[in-house]
Amino acid sequence: MPGTTSSDRRRGILAAAGYLPHWRLDRSSIAAVLGGNQGRGTRTVASYDEDPLTLGVAAARNALGSAPGAMPSALWFATTSPVYAEKTTAPIAAAALRLGADLLAGDAGPGLRGASAALRSALRSGDESVLVVAGDVRTGMSGSPEERDGGDAGAALLVGDESAGTLVAEHLGSASVTEEFLDRWKAPGELRMHAWEERFGQQRYADLAGRAWEAACKDAGVQPEQVTSVAITGPHARAGAKLAKGLSAAGVDVVDTLGSTVGFSGAAHGPLMLAHLVETASAGDVVALVSMADGADVFLFRVTGEGTPASAPVGSQLTAGDDSLSYAKYLQWRGVLPTQPPNRPEPARMSASAAARRSDWKYGFVGSRDRSSEAVHLPPARVSFVGGTVDDMEPVAMASTTARVVTFTVDSLAYSPSPPTVFAVCDFDGGGRLPIELTDVEPDDVSIGMPVEMTFRRIGTADGIANYFWKARPAVGGTS
Amino acid sequence: MTSHGIKDRVAIIGMGCTPFREHWEASGDDLMVDAVNDGLASAGVAKDDIDAWWLGTAQSGMSGVTLASPLKITGKPVTRVENYCATGSEALRQACYAVASGAYDMAAAVGMEKVKDSGYQGLNAFPIPNDGTQRTLTAAAMFSLVAPAYAERYGVEPEKLRRTLARIASKNHANGAKNPRAQFRREMDVDAICAMPAVAGMLSVFDCAGVADGAASAIVVRAEDAHRYTDKPIYVKALSFVAGDGSGLLDPEFDYTHFPECEWAAQDAYSQAGITDPRRELAMAEVHDCFTPTELVLMEDLGFSARGEAWKDCEDGVFDLGGELPVNTDGGLKSFGHPVGASGLRMLFECWLQLRREAPDDRQIETVERGLALSHNLGGYPGEMVSFVGIWGNEQG
Repeated sequence: MPGTTSSDRRRGILAAAGYLPHWRLDRSSIAAVLGGNQGRGTRTVASYDEDPLTLGVAAARNALGSAPGAMPSALWFATTSPVYAEKTTAPIAAAALRLGADLLAGDAGPGLRGASAALRSALRSGDESVLVVAGDVRTGMSGSPEERDGGDAGAALLVGDESAGTLVAEHLGSASVTEEFLDRWKAPGELRMHAWEERFGQQRYADLAGRAWEAACKDAGVQPEQVTSVAITGPHARAGAKLAKGLSAAGVDVVDTLGSTVGFSGAAHGPLMLAHLVETASAGDVVALVSMADGADVFLFRVTGEGTPASAPVGSQLTAGDDSLSYAKYLQWRGVLPTQPPNRPEPARMSASAAARRSDWKYGFVGSRDRSSEAVHLPPARVSFVGGTVDDMEPVAMASTTARVVTFTVDSLAYSPSPPTVFAVCDFDGGGRLPIELTDVEPDDVSIGMPVEMTFRRIGTADGIANYFWKARPAVGGTS
Repeated sequence: MTSHGIKDRVAIIGMGCTPFREHWEASGDDLMVDAVNDGLASAGVAKDDIDAWWLGTAQSGMSGVTLASPLKITGKPVTRVENYCATGSEALRQACYAVASGAYDMAAAVGMEKVKDSGYQGLNAFPIPNDGTQRTLTAAAMFSLVAPAYAERYGVEPEKLRRTLARIASKNHANGAKNPRAQFRREMDVDAICAMPAVAGMLSVFDCAGVADGAASAIVVRAEDAHRYTDKPIYVKALSFVAGDGSGLLDPEFDYTHFPECEWAAQDAYSQAGITDPRRELAMAEVHDCFTPTELVLMEDLGFSARGEAWKDCEDGVFDLGGELPVNTDGGLKSFGHPVGASGLRMLFECWLQLRREAPDDRQIETVERGLALSHNLGGYPGEMVSFVGIWGNEQG
């Protein structure tokens, strides 16, 4: 068996999952508007109500579905496109995932290397388990390489000791190298990505990746030819070419990094590729991630063939989705094309204290069930609508419960970042009703009786406050 | 529930109602002054004869000072009330109970809403700080939820139901065209309404109430005093009100084809008034046609049609001006718009005119000999609403 762990305890990945948003932009639709060569295939597109945090939460829900009861003592959230500057966003993810209060929830970033930093730190931490979450919305100016080659995605890795669950992939070793050089940069909030001459960054990354690879193999006690497959990711498509060529020659399968279906999803791309590698590997395979991001980080794992795979593998999400999104709507969603809002009052900002009182409901989608009548109350209530019992309710988590449409409407007048608003009265399997907004759906595709599932979304923004709550979307199973 | 009612103990002796318009030139104060002056003149009384006042306004002012200050009502109890879109009726309800209790000899109810100063189309509720999980649909969309549910439950083809809803709007527009106080005075045929683009579900803007400013007033006294002021007092036969507990939003049993709050309010009102067959005992009804599906299901909730039959009755003209039971003879919210605080009293004003045979000839109902009229308000949304039902008569029982 290649590689030995550096200590007695086996540590690695307990659960891994990616999340690809429903919408895809066919690159030919960019060319149809802007002309020129905009490449082939599609890129993934976060809907107007998704942001890096919701993408990450969707992936983490997918991952934690394979590790029920996991209560990590730390959650790291990584993105290059943060929701807030001053405020930490990871606690929002912790609340949506219902991880309780006894953990550290911190942001690893902003920056391209955040997820690698969090993963390395998690693998070497003394915490029994740590959740690494990444989400990114890659936007650039119209006609930019970031727009064409970028993709929006979320990914999550639950890292821990085997005492915390079943390892799906055992950590064999890893290494990082760092040198300061300027390749790509953006000021906070800036739309445009700036880049130094490509060849400078390519050559620096090629050198760094090679050095990190050697160091990681040494750390793991693994020879390159013992590696089954490797994903080499980074902002430059060509930067890993030299390493890839060498590894191919050694018989390592250098996997496609999803450029023609997803695009480069920034801070999320490394963990996304790792989740994809683990899902597609066989028991005993050694898989490697090479992540080039202001330095280079290499991680080597042996896939165990044990544990529960994510209910929505990256592979199945690649072939799902809707690529009918128009380029104009994509630009509107990203704010690149300023669009006239409806002449209605803008929604008021949420109340911080009201939201804090109802954190379980707002973020966790936890209602209450009347113990005597078993009637489910959404939102939770103190007095039952059946029998009027007072303060005899237990919490009931509803985020993973599917529901069916009872009646619905399409509202072209309501204020929405992307009108019209599709809305339905939904009855949950096993009890409970909520009139709620639908998303990831075309108005004409809604029907009475349609099954829906819950998804955590950004409802809107007011006074700089990102307001999150849940919506329903056509049931696809397990991904959001 | 014990609801004794105050049948025939209180009478209305005067009313005023402004035209409902986009009153760009008139303030809410102006509208209240006009509506009150018309009401006082109608009753032949002076401002100082009124012992107590109730003002209904949802969002155009707070406290009784909103009315007392522009009218210079001095040293009197003036109370502002709010109860969603039943706000105008709520003011009247309070005034009636105040007189019935013996606390005052003469009370006035005033309703006013100045909607058109907001700068936005439609009605826009002021935001109450909340946790950010509230739905943000328009009222049109919330009521449009009724249409597919009704079609599904009763097996009505959606295209057929669409035309039925348009017929309701067309009927109300036809009535409003005959009413100089109405905001919209143009007849609209069913085909024209169906051709309009949908704004919420299957509803177009012509399925929605208009938006207007307006005010109305009513003056009430004890029934035994009424003939000192008028030969044709209108007696209060029933006042009922139900605030829903919101369980329709929680309870999978609620199917969006009826409004229980309205059924309960109607049953209570009929019980107070001694009515057992409303379709044949009532001369007319003014109902809260905020959106066409609302009027459709109200015909069933108020007991005018059997369950699942209202759409046929609407098609058969049962509720037309010359029909078996004329509904919204003044044009309804459809033609008047909906200045929230004023609408309930505007409905009562039409009952007042019709029961006193003072409506213009071209819309005077032929059923007036039945002597009883109903007015109905609701506010809120399907599953979570308030409902008022009042019954008025031109004879003391």
